Amino acid sequence: MRQVLGTIMLLFGLSVAALGVAVDEKPLPDPAQEAQARALMKEIRCLVCQNQSIEDSNADLARDLRAIVRERIALGDSPENVRSYLVDRYGDWVLLKPPIKTSTYFLWASPFLAVLVIVFLLLGRKKAVAAPAPLSEDEEAQIKALLERQE
Amino acid sequence: MAGEIGHFALILALFFALTGAVMPHVGAYRKDTRLMALGDRAVYAQFLMAATAFGTLTYAFVTSDFSVINVATNSHTLKPMLYKISGVWGNHEGSLLFWVLNLTLFGALVSWRGSKLPLQFRGRVLAVQSLLVLGFLMFILFTSNPFERLDPAPIEGNGLNPLLQDPGLAFHPPMLYLGYVGLSVAFSFAVAALIEGEVTPLWARWVRPWALLAWVFLTGGIALGSWWAYYELGWGGWWFWDPVENASFMPWLAAAALLHSAIVVEKRDALKSWTILLAIVAFSLSLLGTFLVRSGVITSVHAFATDPARGIFILAFLALVVGGSLTLYAWRAPKMAPSGLFGFVSRESALVVNNIFLSTFAAVVLVGTLYPLFVEAFGAGQITVGPPFFEYAAAVLMSPLIVALGLGPLLAWKRGNIGRAAQIVIPALVVAAVAGVVLVWQTSGGFVMTAFGLGLAAWLIASVLLEIASRIRLFAAPGKAMTGLKKITRAQWGMSMAHAGLAVILLGITISEAFTSEKLVVMAPGDTADVAGYSFTFEGVAPVAGPNFTAVRGFFTVREGDAILTSLTPEDRVYANPPMNTTEAAIYPLFSGDLYAVVGEAAGAGRWSVRLYFKPMISAIWLGALMMMIGGILSLSDTRLRIGLPTGKKQAQKPSAKAAPKTGPKTVQGARA
Amino acid sequence: MKRFLPLGIVVFLVAVFLGMMLSDRNPNEIDSVLIGRPAPAFSIDSLSADTPPLTEADLKTGEPVLVNFFASWCVPCRAEHDSLMELAGRYRVPLIGIAYKNDPAKAVGFLNELGNPFSKTGLDLDGRVGIDWGVSGVPETFLIDGSGVIRYRHWGPIVGDSLEARLLPELEALR
Repeated sequence: MRQVLGTIMLLFGLSVAALGVAVDEKPLPDPAQEAQARALMKEIRCLVCQNQSIEDSNADLARDLRAIVRERIALGDSPENVRSYLVDRYGDWVLLKPPIKTSTYFLWASPFLAVLVIVFLLLGRKKAVAAPAPLSEDEEAQIKALLERQE
Repeated sequence: MAGEIGHFALILALFFALTGAVMPHVGAYRKDTRLMALGDRAVYAQFLMAATAFGTLTYAFVTSDFSVINVATNSHTLKPMLYKISGVWGNHEGSLLFWVLNLTLFGALVSWRGSKLPLQFRGRVLAVQSLLVLGFLMFILFTSNPFERLDPAPIEGNGLNPLLQDPGLAFHPPMLYLGYVGLSVAFSFAVAALIEGEVTPLWARWVRPWALLAWVFLTGGIALGSWWAYYELGWGGWWFWDPVENASFMPWLAAAALLHSAIVVEKRDALKSWTILLAIVAFSLSLLGTFLVRSGVITSVHAFATDPARGIFILAFLALVVGGSLTLYAWRAPKMAPSGLFGFVSRESALVVNNIFLSTFAAVVLVGTLYPLFVEAFGAGQITVGPPFFEYAAAVLMSPLIVALGLGPLLAWKRGNIGRAAQIVIPALVVAAVAGVVLVWQTSGGFVMTAFGLGLAAWLIASVLLEIASRIRLFAAPGKAMTGLKKITRAQWGMSMAHAGLAVILLGITISEAFTSEKLVVMAPGDTADVAGYSFTFEGVAPVAGPNFTAVRGFFTVREGDAILTSLTPEDRVYANPPMNTTEAAIYPLFSGDLYAVVGEAAGAGRWSVRLYFKPMISAIWLGALMMMIGGILSLSDTRLRIGLPTGKKQAQKPSAKAAPKTGPKTVQGARA
Repeated sequence: MKRFLPLGIVVFLVAVFLGMMLSDRNPNEIDSVLIGRPAPAFSIDSLSADTPPLTEADLKTGEPVLVNFFASWCVPCRAEHDSLMELAGRYRVPLIGIAYKNDPAKAVGFLNELGNPFSKTGLDLDGRVGIDWGVSGVPETFLIDGSGVIRYRHWGPIVGDSLEARLLPELEALR
């Protein structure tokens, strides 16, 4: 385990220098294509930085991937094709927006499922509660005691 | 020597924590008031010891005592004093000690302000608090001793990550920790109530100020963190849905839900077991955050260096605290049957809707944060859950919340009918469905989402104003409006302020997302680029040498029309130790938005690549957060809600706490915030 | 039922956390999606001037081959070099080295200094071959079977017990 940590540290020594903004390259001449490429870059996760898109990162690999995105868009590739080009090489991991597939059905449905679960937790026994239970004498006494103590 | 004093103080604190965690229960069992009261002494003693330990560690940092490993690895003689001090909590061991300090501080505050709480109940609360202190102290003493020595002591320390040497970041963690730990009070109250087996409206009134205080700190901590990201990280973003950001956002959502459900308990004696559950969950989510950054199960920019032994220890602690309290909940919750009539109508129904969506959002953020882990654990490959998912969840869940938020305060308590409730719930659900469908089918949202966001913000602001207007009977009796204004309590102003703050945040997000103008260009000195009507002239670059970095500084002159507005000087810095490249954005805030410039790399022939932005209304995001905090503080300063037992004449006049629903809407509204 | 739900969720979460923490897993590692697929086509210059270009045909030799992406500027590559020498010498595995985004003269200098474990070399100057292979950083080592299909990828340097515990068993399984 210690060994594994050691290697992580070694790798990090190299990749840590990747905080900063990406402003290195030349945009595509066609503004519509450039906009399309930029939108696409925002959806691709940088592999060597953490939780950043390649659009945000000035890491070397992010720059290469941006160049590829621009190249393919300039060649007339659809964003869908560019995405699958990257997924073929790096897996679903590179997509910041998880694809809708069997393993992510639960994720995409979670806002609706969670609403149901929480409504159940919150109001599940509503019927039983419809009538107000009268205070027991014990409780009344306690309240009195509490209130008196405040004063 | 100082280090040993600190270490010794922690060991003593451990004994006091043990005493405090056990004795009040023994006292309650034996009906021995002296043992029950031992809880108070124990928490004061814990606080004293924790403060001593924290003081000695701070002293070691301030005097750069490198014979302490923690100081040697995290400090440097040349660091400015502010960062020497912030270095104390800027590392794993020190931050844990800071946790303990805060836990004991809140314990002592509960004892001090809660002198009017029933002795047995207070004893139980402090016992739970002491148990938490005990767990953290064991964690520190067994796995993460901040006072460990280094022999021989090095002459110089390692220094601190330059990115973290920033005033915004010096105060962001302590604010967050105060918020996390503040929720421990609500947790202790909830567990004590479970042990005692009853929740009264009075209980809700005791808990609420603590939850509110914690929520104010969390709001401040989160806002500071995002502000730091905005101006320091240099790519213009302010929230990244990073696991650690989410870890602070989840308790915030849960605390917000808790604040509102406690009102229902107080006013209507309903939602009791739910409120108890929320108090447990809110603090559990805080613990989860500390676990995530220290266990290494999830990668994040903010993670501390990880150590498996620590991860296992804190997981065991988490399992014990959360699992234990939820077992107690499962056992005792049926006793928490509401005695008040739960009307699924009117004000409380709006508060219920509020609770549903706030807590659902917290749950979904949790699912999204941990989902990659689940997928991997079940062998279904690796996926990323990035901002697009969370934005979708926010649209689905926050839009109905805002609709309900606007309606709720306009409705009266209790009275109302089913039709009224449907009037809130149905539009809210329609709004949610529309938002969700649009976001799922249309990747970048675009125009519809913008119109939608603006509409919601306008709706919320309008309803806040309408609520104030109706309270002072502006339309019914305009002549008396001024007298009406004076009658509005601070708690009411607090509520309006916080709700309006949310609207302002929404406005800032929507407008800055939709209308940001951005240019990514290669410029030679003398070139001019127009962004949103402002012309940026690139004057060239110059090398700069800082204390521990070298940089390229770009010079821009920004004009509006012919008038020179300002000059911007972004930098591209290279730090020597640790080697690191950072960009320092130059930001000039205008009333209408921020001018933002970043300089990149040389593009050959004296040209430089640059990013220029105009981000309209972006400051509204932090202005709104500030309004929320002010709202919370206003509400806290209201005499009726002051921390500790509410006292004073108003209270005495109330016939009975459980009969509170019978009081007129005027007094009742006072508690809304 | 309802009152046990929160507890159930927490038990599930703790179980997942514990499982992930006890498994020998690096949270930073991105699994290769190329396992079980034929190595991507490529054709790049060799580091030595007098050798023909390196192509995917060089991987289909009928016996297992290791492809190592390295660079002279990469510190962990230096750390794993002994393992590579051992693989080539003691275990007699054919190794192919691809210099990733590296000045050819510096890459040759690196091999002259530390010894050359590679039977063939290639130069991936713009990193495009690396991207086709799903490389996210150097070093990365791919195990190719005799028919040119990628069977295993080692992420990061081969140091410590990763040679004996990970790479060799995979290699033995193919032989």
